[in-house]
Amino acid sequence: MQAATTTRHGWLGSPIQRREALEGYLWIAPWIIGFVIFSLGPIIASAYLSFTQYKIGGSPEWIGLENYRQAFFVDKLMWPSLMRTIYYSVATVIFGVSLSLVAAILLNQEIKGRAFFRALYYLPSLTPIVALAILWRWLLQPKVGLVNFLLYQINVPGPGWLTDRNWAIPALVLIALWASTGGGRMIIFLAGLQGVPKELYESAEIDGANTLQKFFRITLPLISPVILFNLILGIIGSFSVFSIAYIATEGGPNYATWFYMLHLYYNAFSYFQMGYASALAWIFFVLIFILSFIQIRLSNRWVYYEFS
Amino acid sequence: MATSSQSSPAVTSSPSSFSRRDGSINRSRTVGTLLIYLVVISAGILFALPFLWAIGSSLKPITEIFKFPPTMWPTEPRWQNYADVFQIAPFLRFIINTVYITLFAMLGQILSASAVAYGFSRFRFPGRDMLFFIVLSTMMLPWQVTIVPTFLLFRFLGWINTYFPLILPFFFGGGAFYIFLLRQFFMTIPRDLDEAAKIDGASSVRVFWNILLPLAKPALATVAIFSFIEHWNEFIAPLIFLNSTEKFTVSIGLRHFTSSAFESDEPREAILMAASLITALPVLILFFAAQKYFVQGIVTTGLKG
Repeated sequence: MQAATTTRHGWLGSPIQRREALEGYLWIAPWIIGFVIFSLGPIIASAYLSFTQYKIGGSPEWIGLENYRQAFFVDKLMWPSLMRTIYYSVATVIFGVSLSLVAAILLNQEIKGRAFFRALYYLPSLTPIVALAILWRWLLQPKVGLVNFLLYQINVPGPGWLTDRNWAIPALVLIALWASTGGGRMIIFLAGLQGVPKELYESAEIDGANTLQKFFRITLPLISPVILFNLILGIIGSFSVFSIAYIATEGGPNYATWFYMLHLYYNAFSYFQMGYASALAWIFFVLIFILSFIQIRLSNRWVYYEFS
Repeated sequence: MATSSQSSPAVTSSPSSFSRRDGSINRSRTVGTLLIYLVVISAGILFALPFLWAIGSSLKPITEIFKFPPTMWPTEPRWQNYADVFQIAPFLRFIINTVYITLFAMLGQILSASAVAYGFSRFRFPGRDMLFFIVLSTMMLPWQVTIVPTFLLFRFLGWINTYFPLILPFFFGGGAFYIFLLRQFFMTIPRDLDEAAKIDGASSVRVFWNILLPLAKPALATVAIFSFIEHWNEFIAPLIFLNSTEKFTVSIGLRHFTSSAFESDEPREAILMAASLITALPVLILFFAAQKYFVQGIVTTGLKG
């Protein structure tokens, strides 16, 4: 309809439409300005900077693809930091998304004290990241920490967690799971579950479907768009892991938690290699873009969209 | 639990062939419910335990910090730890700074996100849907991609170590999530109301300010709460843009305090824990005071797909 009325008066439409459009642009103008200054501009600027050598104080010097050659073939920390990030990301996304879904399903049942449990599960996600790091560094303290004490009670020798090269990433995954399982992701799943029409379950029950059948045939297909949403945001979020590692381990022990974002941060703000850091940012940007694109493409095979 | 299965009349009173069937369904239902409670409560304990440990530890005297086996509660709580927080670091300063930044950033976020949401929900203009799609896709843009040029821009403007980088950007759009949330809410408000006001000669500013904003109070409350938490807990931006201690926010103040606390001779873990709890307290209080807005916020966005 809209298209028809606009064509009748040409692209700009009637004077009334023109006025409405002008007002609309004015109302969204703050966002347009903000987008150009704080998103689009910086993305383009960092693309340019990634082809330069630029130390703060000097001026950018064009060096072509040198930063990218450096990142892919010379920098000994880049590939290991990317691999570590992938390891961390795969673990947190797989466990995180499935645990959040389980939590949401449990808290969607008619149980007593449901509101209380929802609040309790949500609470960890509100903890400021620095407080989270301080708390868990102590809980995971190898000798006097609560976690190893509890493991000791059931005769399991506790590992060195954040102080052990092999256990540092699992420890950070554990912290992330504690902090995020009941957070926004669970709430989004809850909203999704509440959107599944009750009549579907009722008619399935009449046909004699059991709980598992109902879950795999009704719940899962109907909330698959929500799962996709949580997967995409989960992967972007976990690939960007920075604060918890920066505070709890500072990338250590012996680079064991030196994630990609720490590498970028230290290059930019400790070594002031702004050109090189921009190249790292662009590699990251392209990687995230490809990953999201692949997920959306593959999603045609498993995400179910209702006709609306 | 035993009483609930006894009191179920189906098992005892109905005719034999039906009673067996009903009984087994009831039993498997009861077992299922029990299992659900078991898992929900155990997970609840896992989520609660670290908080209880934090509270207990924040009250421990030095002698009890490294005791083995560890204790949950100190034999003699040392409330002095909380006072010490303000002695060892300028924590009151950090709190005032954070309140200041948070309030202004919130104001910017609420005003600009609702104005932009109004534009997207009530006006027709070429490219609107595409622009809105761009708004949504900026949600997936990680901060790291833009941080270097943004830092250089603020450095060029001479704004490093000021609060401008932490406040000003939020007056320009206020964040994709909030625009999305408010737009969805505005769409649920009948257009007849603003059309009627427009016929009476009200300008779009009046419609926005006198009709839509008052009606959108619940959604604005949700935005305000999320925005408060976002800015109170913000770590990366103050870390990058602030560098003198007296300008620090609670988050980076606490981190600064962590590194200096570990350099001192006596163990200060308990005081650090007290400081962490002080940092987390405003957010936790807000959460309990305004709980319904959290879930409501997500539901109004209609994220179910």
